[in-house]
Amino acid sequence: MVAHLLRLKLTLLRNSLRRSPWQLVGMAFAGLYALGIIATLVVALVLLRTADPELAQTAVVLGGSAAVLGWGIIPVVASATDMTLDPARFTTFAIPMKQMLAGLALGGLIGIPGLATALVALSTVVTWFRGVLPALAALLGAALGVLTCVVLAKVVTTATASLAASRRFKDVSAIAFMVPLVLMGPIVAGVGQGISASTGFLPDFARTLSWTPLGAPWSLAGDVHAGQFGPAALKLLVSVAALAALAWCWKLLLERALVTPPSAGSGKRKGGKLGLLGLLPAVPAGAVMARSLTYWFRDPRYSGSLVVIPLLPVVLGFQGAQTGDFSSLAVLAPLSAFILAWSISADVSYDNTAFALHVATGVRGVADRLGRALACLAFALPVVLVFAVGHSAFTGGWSGLPGQLGLSLGILFTGLGLASVVSARYTVAVPLPGDSPFKKPPGNVGQTLAVQFGGMLVLLVLVLPEAALLIAQLVTGNSVFGWINLAVGTVLGLVLFVVGVRLGGKWLDARGPELLAQVAVNR
Amino acid sequence: MSAPIPDPAPQPGPVAALSIRGLAKRFGEKIAVDGISLDVPAGSFFGIVGPNGAGKTTTLSMATGLLRPDFGTAVVHGVDVWTRPLEAKKLMGILPDGVRLFDRLTGEQLITYAGLLRGMQKDVVASRVGELLAAMDLSQDAGTLVVDYSAGMTKKIALASALIHAPRLLVLDEPFEAVDPVSAANIRSILDRYVASGGTVIVSSHVMDLVQRMCDHVAVVAGGRLLAAGTVDEVRGGASLEDRFVQLVGGRSHTEGLEWLRTF
Repeated sequence: MVAHLLRLKLTLLRNSLRRSPWQLVGMAFAGLYALGIIATLVVALVLLRTADPELAQTAVVLGGSAAVLGWGIIPVVASATDMTLDPARFTTFAIPMKQMLAGLALGGLIGIPGLATALVALSTVVTWFRGVLPALAALLGAALGVLTCVVLAKVVTTATASLAASRRFKDVSAIAFMVPLVLMGPIVAGVGQGISASTGFLPDFARTLSWTPLGAPWSLAGDVHAGQFGPAALKLLVSVAALAALAWCWKLLLERALVTPPSAGSGKRKGGKLGLLGLLPAVPAGAVMARSLTYWFRDPRYSGSLVVIPLLPVVLGFQGAQTGDFSSLAVLAPLSAFILAWSISADVSYDNTAFALHVATGVRGVADRLGRALACLAFALPVVLVFAVGHSAFTGGWSGLPGQLGLSLGILFTGLGLASVVSARYTVAVPLPGDSPFKKPPGNVGQTLAVQFGGMLVLLVLVLPEAALLIAQLVTGNSVFGWINLAVGTVLGLVLFVVGVRLGGKWLDARGPELLAQVAVNR
Repeated sequence: MSAPIPDPAPQPGPVAALSIRGLAKRFGEKIAVDGISLDVPAGSFFGIVGPNGAGKTTTLSMATGLLRPDFGTAVVHGVDVWTRPLEAKKLMGILPDGVRLFDRLTGEQLITYAGLLRGMQKDVVASRVGELLAAMDLSQDAGTLVVDYSAGMTKKIALASALIHAPRLLVLDEPFEAVDPVSAANIRSILDRYVASGGTVIVSSHVMDLVQRMCDHVAVVAGGRLLAAGTVDEVRGGASLEDRFVQLVGGRSHTEGLEWLRTF
């Protein structure tokens, strides 16, 4: 039965790759990325073999504890767990619980995160290859540690399954998860500073952790190597007991989950509130704009990128504060103009088959394009203006403002025009409606990369005049170039915006059904 | 495998609400629709029945401008769907099967959106939305996001979105799936009144009983081909529609085999 479950998992993986060769390309890219991280960690662990045992022990225990913690936390906040072997799908098959647990646990190892963890954990055997006993202890510890990771993840996901099934929780957690992700740089820097300020504290911390289920399995080899067989035995007991307790919890939770499928209840709410649909002009383009704006705030796949924008100055400002050089803040306005404008380049892909309503009602392509672009512009324009003016106010360099504004507005308008054309013609792989923004999207990853990079390249070419003018101003110091840039950015940008909306609209009119067929592939 | 051959059929008659000629569509190696020609008389309540995978949804998608056919034409009240799509779509209300809705809108917002997309006046939309919500028994949930609706409520809100512009032809793909009996009865009486006042309804279904009671015309589709079409009485020829359907489509496996199922 365990073998059956594993084979099922492998078959599912293979079939998902078989759907298109591009899927394989996408998987290969993800694999390469993971491989880079794995290789770094493995090399580090191999190098640790020659290091001082105390240092090796501290590093392995801290790293291992972080891995266990990660497996426990990430599945919940990202709500992006791999549900191909969702226990709820086995409700109708009478699979003995023990075999199901073993099968699901081992199945959890198949996939990039599982394999990566296993590989890195096994490398600790090399770290402790300083004798037969430490190596054996490391092997045992690695097996226990990896199993603890997987079972902990299962316990957490099973326990929160009914919570995670509620739409509101999914929406909120997806957006909340965005914040630490964007602030990763400052957080890592802060933690790094804290660590370097208190290096003496780390070994103590690792020693404490090694007595907890988080660190116990990873500390076995170090203790054996140090000849402390008593503590090692006790820590083995701690890790085995913790694993057993987790498995027992998982079994209980699974038994309950199998007979009580998650249900998402919600209260009734009367109508009468049309929101933006009632406020904006009652024409097709106005309706599309109102609908898009509503989505920017209600759909976590959109609002996730909205959360990023206010965090950008925080990240850049932090970087400036660390180096004492705030010049990188200058990219704030152009960068946010780019991020926001480009975010609608996948609009129809985000709609998925809901786009059928636009095809069925025969709304004109221009109205569709214009509505979406204006929705983005409605908040992108104020954001870009505030960032550009704020930058000048902060640095006191008011003479640079016209040039900054010229480039930013040029990028914003040009980007919106180009995105209107791109999303009318090409679909990209995005998370499905209702899915977490972090979920691996189904479909054609290769085409996604091609469309995204190709589009950005074209955008780069289209904003060359503004960029050249900005460089001219920086080189000559002549502020006339800035004012020319402001004029060029606004006028050329608006012209390209109009051209983009009209061309995109024309393509949409001609190829609406084909576009619908393309998005229907990924539903 | 032979390529579908377009039907050299005569020009569509003037009374047809929907007239399709030689519609064909191929997905990769599979021919989903293999040259279907059909006239739906104006003012009829027309059922399209067929087993799963018969090509019903593909045919209706091609007839309503959602999926471009490889061959053939579709004409709605004299307007070609694929050469004059904007005019044709004004005449049609469509309930596609298996597509998502803009489900982060509330039910009320979704119907309003469908009306505004069609360029209707704001006050007309507002009054019709209220009536449609009441007719579909959704007034109490009008402010709930469609993503939180049950399957039946979702069907009803999609149907309401298809009705908002008072189309002359309604094309409904599996309209009663997951809809509770009371709501289904309400919807049927709405559709009956709509047909009585001169509108045309096309429904696809695989519930024969429902089609026999509800529709006056029926077409049987299987394997991408049209097997029979006409008034319900003509097609069923004395037998029940279900028996006639099984006879036409074939593939009924007789109750031999599966003996072990009776041995427990």
